[in-house]
Amino acid sequence: MKPAPFDLIRPTDPAAAGLALAAGDGTAKVVSGSQSLGPMLNLRLARPEQLIDVTSLPGLTAMRETATHVEIGAAVTHARIEDGECPEPIAGILHHVAGGIAYRAVRNRGTIGGSLCHADPAADWVTAMTALGASVIATGPGGAREIAMTDFMLGAYRTALATNEIVTLIRIPRHSVEARWGYYKICRKVGEFADAIGAFVADPVSRTCRVVFGATGGAPLLSAELAGHVARTGAPAEIAAVKEVLANSGQALSEIKIHQLAVAHRRSVLEALADA
Amino acid sequence: MPRRLPGAGVQRNGTLSTGIGERVQRKEDRRLLNGQAKFVGDIRLPRQWEAAFVRSPLAHGHIRAIRKPAGSESRVFTAADLSDVRPIRAESSLPSYNASDQYPLARDKVRFVGECVAICIAPTRAEAEDLAELVEVEFDPLPAVVDALKARELGAALLHEEWGNNLFLTTYFDGDIEGLRRTAPVVVEREYSTARQCMNPMEGKGTLAHWDEKAGQLVVYTSTQVPHLIRSGLSQFLGLDQGQVRVIAPDVGGGFGYKCVLQPEELSVSWVARRTGRPIRWTEDRREHLVAGANTRQHHYRISAFADERGRILGLDAEITVDVGAYSVWPFTACLEAAQAGGNLPGPYDFGTYRCRTYSVATNKPAFTPYRGVARPGVCFAMELTIDAIAHAVGREPSEIRKENLVPAAKMPYTNVTKKFYDSGDYPESVAQAERAIDLKGFRERQQAARKAGRYLGVGFSTFTEQSAHGTKVFAAWGLPLVPGYDQAMVKITPSGSVEVRSGNHSFGQGLETTLAQVASEWLTVDVERISVVMGDTGVTPYSTGAYASRGMVMSGGAVSKAAEVLAGRIRRHAAHLLQCRAEDVRLAEGKAWHGVAHVSFEDIARVWYLRPDRLPDDVETTGLEVTEGYKPDIDTGVFTYATHAAIVEVDPETGKVAIEDYFIFEDCGRRVNPLILEGQAYGGAAQGIGTALFEEVLYDGNGQPLTSTLADYILPGPAELPHFRLGHAETLSPYTRHGIKGVGEGAAIAPGGAIINAVNDALRPFGVELHSIPATPEKVLHALLRARAGQEAAE
Ligand SMILES: Cc1cc2nc3c(=O)[nH]c(=O)nc-3n(C[C@H](O)[C@H](O)[C@H](O)COP(=O)(O)OP(=O)(O)OC[C@H]3O[C@@H](n4cnc5c(N)ncnc54)[C@H](O)[C@@H]3O)c2cc1C
Repeated sequence: MKPAPFDLIRPTDPAAAGLALAAGDGTAKVVSGSQSLGPMLNLRLARPEQLIDVTSLPGLTAMRETATHVEIGAAVTHARIEDGECPEPIAGILHHVAGGIAYRAVRNRGTIGGSLCHADPAADWVTAMTALGASVIATGPGGAREIAMTDFMLGAYRTALATNEIVTLIRIPRHSVEARWGYYKICRKVGEFADAIGAFVADPVSRTCRVVFGATGGAPLLSAELAGHVARTGAPAEIAAVKEVLANSGQALSEIKIHQLAVAHRRSVLEALADA
Repeated sequence: MPRRLPGAGVQRNGTLSTGIGERVQRKEDRRLLNGQAKFVGDIRLPRQWEAAFVRSPLAHGHIRAIRKPAGSESRVFTAADLSDVRPIRAESSLPSYNASDQYPLARDKVRFVGECVAICIAPTRAEAEDLAELVEVEFDPLPAVVDALKARELGAALLHEEWGNNLFLTTYFDGDIEGLRRTAPVVVEREYSTARQCMNPMEGKGTLAHWDEKAGQLVVYTSTQVPHLIRSGLSQFLGLDQGQVRVIAPDVGGGFGYKCVLQPEELSVSWVARRTGRPIRWTEDRREHLVAGANTRQHHYRISAFADERGRILGLDAEITVDVGAYSVWPFTACLEAAQAGGNLPGPYDFGTYRCRTYSVATNKPAFTPYRGVARPGVCFAMELTIDAIAHAVGREPSEIRKENLVPAAKMPYTNVTKKFYDSGDYPESVAQAERAIDLKGFRERQQAARKAGRYLGVGFSTFTEQSAHGTKVFAAWGLPLVPGYDQAMVKITPSGSVEVRSGNHSFGQGLETTLAQVASEWLTVDVERISVVMGDTGVTPYSTGAYASRGMVMSGGAVSKAAEVLAGRIRRHAAHLLQCRAEDVRLAEGKAWHGVAHVSFEDIARVWYLRPDRLPDDVETTGLEVTEGYKPDIDTGVFTYATHAAIVEVDPETGKVAIEDYFIFEDCGRRVNPLILEGQAYGGAAQGIGTALFEEVLYDGNGQPLTSTLADYILPGPAELPHFRLGHAETLSPYTRHGIKGVGEGAAIAPGGAIINAVNDALRPFGVELHSIPATPEKVLHALLRARAGQEAAE
């Protein structure tokens, strides 16, 4: 299980990174924490000729808070977020999600941008960021553009990123102090990828309410209908009703998966409302 | 330096002892924990190259052609090159047995995904893998045989055409079951299955071979539990005299049975090293392990149990199918598992009528290898669920049924229905101990209250006996090509008075380096710090068939004990001369020989013997301070450890997740040589058993393609999934072994499946759900619950 030969560069200048990516013409690949790409290299499922390590690019490991947003550099590790170095868009949510990803050794290297770009349906950040209404900043030869999470992840391991673009920043809207969140991950054991994720974010001030299902096999699934139910009634919908929504979601979900997603959803909402 | 734990290091005769029974910290841990151990992967010889294997991507197929990459022909080897290597063939004298030929590199046919087809060598492993990618193999695919039950049917594709079927072995044990079927008041019928598993030692296989011209020997460093057996195997299949083969097992990072058989890779690497004159190393990676090492535990049971109205077992009828895989491993064969399963199913229970058929079935999977507990994790699971089913059928508490059916202490020693000779113990008491520890009565109340609050708790018990250190006659009866006899050990005093122990057994985590030293210390009274234990090198150790069957402490421990005892006698005689007294009056303590208050140290005695023999009388005994002795227990049938495990679990009926709230183990393995190590063995074994019960499962698609080839798919329990184990012990000494020791290394891996699934079923009783297969993954539990609910709704 050793990778096929490749070159590695570690540019400190965004232009150089862009140039290398463009020059590679599809044979170069960005690497960040290497926690997803590394195994694929070892299994020889990915065989880039060149790896461009983005972790030394300016701004990619920075975190800050603006009046309206929390901005996280793409190469910020899960561990730093877990350790509370990152400002929170709603108290505690990033810390909680980060701490539930993999094991500390993986979190020490794995990055939020890498996770989003990898677009594993069972990963945590894609679902959490969708629930938070986040967007990513993609930088390419033509400059930077902002892509909403709902437009960013197109399906399993597919994103809207062009081959010559890299993600530089993640922008998360700040929520009010009255905002509530719930995040429930069903997985085989501590540190495993999810079998089902229910994420719930509601902010009475901005009148937002999002219900997101993760680990569906594709991009996270938003349900306005179920969000509406919680907003109206102040309680999650009955399991049977949730299952109905999932069954009609257009995604091919097994009976067990629908059940797990429904339970995760219900628990995420109950968790969010518990201390309300 | 081994430190004693608080409370350890008992004063015996006024001196501090590191002998049998002491909680001495493990001598080997310093190097293991500091990263200073030396595994095959740490050895580097001049001019060494690395090997990578081309492995079959197909479960079943004919090899039409193999093309070596142009220009690299001298670095790629196939079956055609290894034409002088004999196929691995494990014969058995059992009737109906079909032997298989396993070529170390597949010839003509591949029979499982991951089977070695070619070996490629290069300066580094990555380059060897680059080369392996370029080897082209053309196959004619054949239908894959994936399901052992279907493989038994007529018309199934055949793995070994010359047999005319897919059966390595069929065995029958007959009893008058038909009579019982008509008359028994209670009949319980069940089907059970256990998943295929990978053993996952931390260190996978690894082999480094080179030809030593000076010694005229093939020297093979290999990660094995059985160095002397591997020496025999290599010599037999490579066609070398045993004198031309030296096997050295360096530090080994876990074995569990995975490394107790001759590996095809050991043969290929050895052959290439000899051919090229270069040291060649291969180290198994995790993917190779999870694909080509998926070789154990998969059983299927059909059981009818017959009982009276109170739940007293009258008889048992069983059909056991073992999914053996493609080949019969050497030397333990494809039969050991089924032979043990059929013989051990009645377990610790006292009943007189038994019928059992076993089928050892060839499938397109890696060759079955015995794993910690050998067959018993399967039979114990099946038997213990059956006990609970009987209890349920007669409406009684399962642990009561257990106690009433277990062999009572008053009947010991006891010969059971399959002629197993249970040497000693109080089996029902182990259940009673577990009931108390887990507070069964209090639990039942708690369980009721929890149910009202929508929480589902359950309790489960599981009791087993484990034949350990089974000897010559037992293995001979299993028809094996290689039968263990006496184990030997050498003990000597060095010129500085320290002690050296040599054993041909090997330690790969069991702590033998410490416990064998403790046995020597028991006789010689030298602190274990001054006793070094040398193992694993056939060049310098006496013959032993090695570490398997929980035999190390009984067999090698017995041999060390005998040799040390003889040596102690010689020391006394030498000392008597120096102390001017009679040998009978010399007493050993603190590594010195005493006569009253006068004493000579071992160092003095050794110095005189080795360096100043002029101070000895002319007629001195010439046998010296070095003793090799052989040992075999007084009986050949093995000594029986037993235990009861009890688990309390909570099942989340919405997610199907099982949380273990409490886990208690009560075990009796006779004399505990080192309680600290014993506890570690119990924790580790139980952790593996929990993997079997709840997590681990190799899955295949219909074409025999493994679907669990990384640790993301093959789930091992981690620390967060394991409970805080609680332990209790009895020490019923075996009347038949030195110091009353019984084997215990494998034991704790046996019972968790039964205890946990019984607990899960107890928890889920209100839903009308009963699980019969392991692992009980959340998906399986959920599936059963959803099905039960759908059934109820349909009925309403
Ligand atoms: C044992 C284990 C368990 C895990 N468990 C979980 C879990 O429970 N939940 C979870 O969410 N994740 C889990 N992961 C994945 C982990 O979170 C990874 O860190 C993450 O998926 C990828 O981040 P990375 O920085 O390592 O990305 P890399 O592996 O470096 O890259 C991943 C992909 O993204 C691309 N990429 C990376 N950065 C950029 C960028 N800035 N711009 C454009 N493309 C980019 C790469 O080219 C590559 O295709 C687990 C991983 C392991 C090894």
